[in-house]
Amino acid sequence: MTLTDLANPTKFLALTARILPGLAGVTVILLAIGLYQSAMAPDDYQQGATVKIMFIHVPNAWLSMFVWGVMSVAALGTLVWRHPLADVAAKAAAPIGAAFTFLALVTGSLWGRPMWGTYWEWDARLTSVLILFLMYLGLMALWRAVEDPSRAARAAAVLTLVGAINIPIIKFSVDWWNTLHQPASVFRAGGPTLDKAFLWPLLVMAIAFSLLFITLHLAAMRNEILRRRVRSLQMMQASRVSFTSETGGGSQATASNEIGAA
Amino acid sequence: MSALGALIRRDIRIALRVGGGALIGVLFFLTVTVLMPFAVGPDLALLSRLGPAILWLGALLASLLTLDRLFTADHDDGSLDLIVMSRTPLELACAAKALAHWIAAGLPLIIATPVLGLLLNLDGTATLAVAATLLAGTPALTFTGMIGAALAVTLHRGGLLLAVLVLPLSIPVLIFGVAASQAAISGPLPFGTPFSILCALSLASLVIGPFAAAASLRHGLD
Repeated sequence: MTLTDLANPTKFLALTARILPGLAGVTVILLAIGLYQSAMAPDDYQQGATVKIMFIHVPNAWLSMFVWGVMSVAALGTLVWRHPLADVAAKAAAPIGAAFTFLALVTGSLWGRPMWGTYWEWDARLTSVLILFLMYLGLMALWRAVEDPSRAARAAAVLTLVGAINIPIIKFSVDWWNTLHQPASVFRAGGPTLDKAFLWPLLVMAIAFSLLFITLHLAAMRNEILRRRVRSLQMMQASRVSFTSETGGGSQATASNEIGAA
Repeated sequence: MSALGALIRRDIRIALRVGGGALIGVLFFLTVTVLMPFAVGPDLALLSRLGPAILWLGALLASLLTLDRLFTADHDDGSLDLIVMSRTPLELACAAKALAHWIAAGLPLIIATPVLGLLLNLDGTATLAVAATLLAGTPALTFTGMIGAALAVTLHRGGLLLAVLVLPLSIPVLIFGVAASQAAISGPLPFGTPFSILCALSLASLVIGPFAAAASLRHGLD
């Protein structure tokens, strides 16, 4: 089973139908374990129990960037290899990524209230995540602005790749602009500075959230494929009705093209 | 080369003639700057402190306003299709169009800056600093904005969608433009550091912009 085999939507649907229940089960189990471990984790000597927000906040923040990476790969798939599922993948990922980014912002703001004494601070990391959220929304607006999915896919692919180049630049410039948020403490040279009691639940939660993303993404891709099929069936039906009433046939060619495109 | 030169000359000529709308940007810039004192109050000390930021925001919005014209008119009369099909590489043609657009719509903003600086109580150094940063930074605004203009024209949706797509991309330019102006006026940072980053942003967008715009034109036009 290679990537080219998956270009056939029917095969993709069949494969994901087999994978999804197991994947969802593993996700639920891991999420349960992660949540239990997070709840059992000791309080921080400075932050008290609020430190537990971290176990939700950090995975969301990681995924908010990871999803843009997934969309960039899908955008390359759309523009370079013309993989039929790439634009489905890109379209399905955008709202999920926006949701993760939004959750990262909300949990961060709830964490910031007791710790920094404010819900919102124009700090570098917060601001760059907010801009990332705006870019997700812009991308979703672009998807919704055009009726023809394949045209929207190519436009969105260009914008996604430009965003992928621009997000590090924005991040750098915002860092330069103002900094209050703590620096990275897990992925850094010289090993994590986080205590093991916090690190383990965090890693479990990160894996659980990544699996959650994969599950949601595959399910959303299935929905998108089915939605396109419904659309092309409706268009076929409409053209058949109009053609039989006017000329009595001749719409078969365009109708099969629509199916092929879907 | 002569084809690109002809394209640049044509675009500038169209932009400056009746209906071209390049100078509307300057008028908009002036209006936004005049509106600011009504919003923050006529306090001259406050205005001179906010001056660089106001001028930068006004220039950003004014260049966004005129971006819509970069491809739409050519798309409407069909000359964009000729440009896409011509033997000149589309990337170079896009770069030429953006350059012409910057000369017709961006340079007038910079020329207008000293006058607007007077209105905002900026002294000579501050006005010079803002004009210099605008000169270094507005090409980046035009060349990244061109990506949005190309996307918008292929989708037949201009206006608001363009603004939503382009504005987040222009944040680094705004940050370093204002930072460099402030550094020149009050310090403590040296002017050179943010200014050279601003130049780097312009040069990078000079490379990325034409390629992305050409890609979206090539994939999007039918």
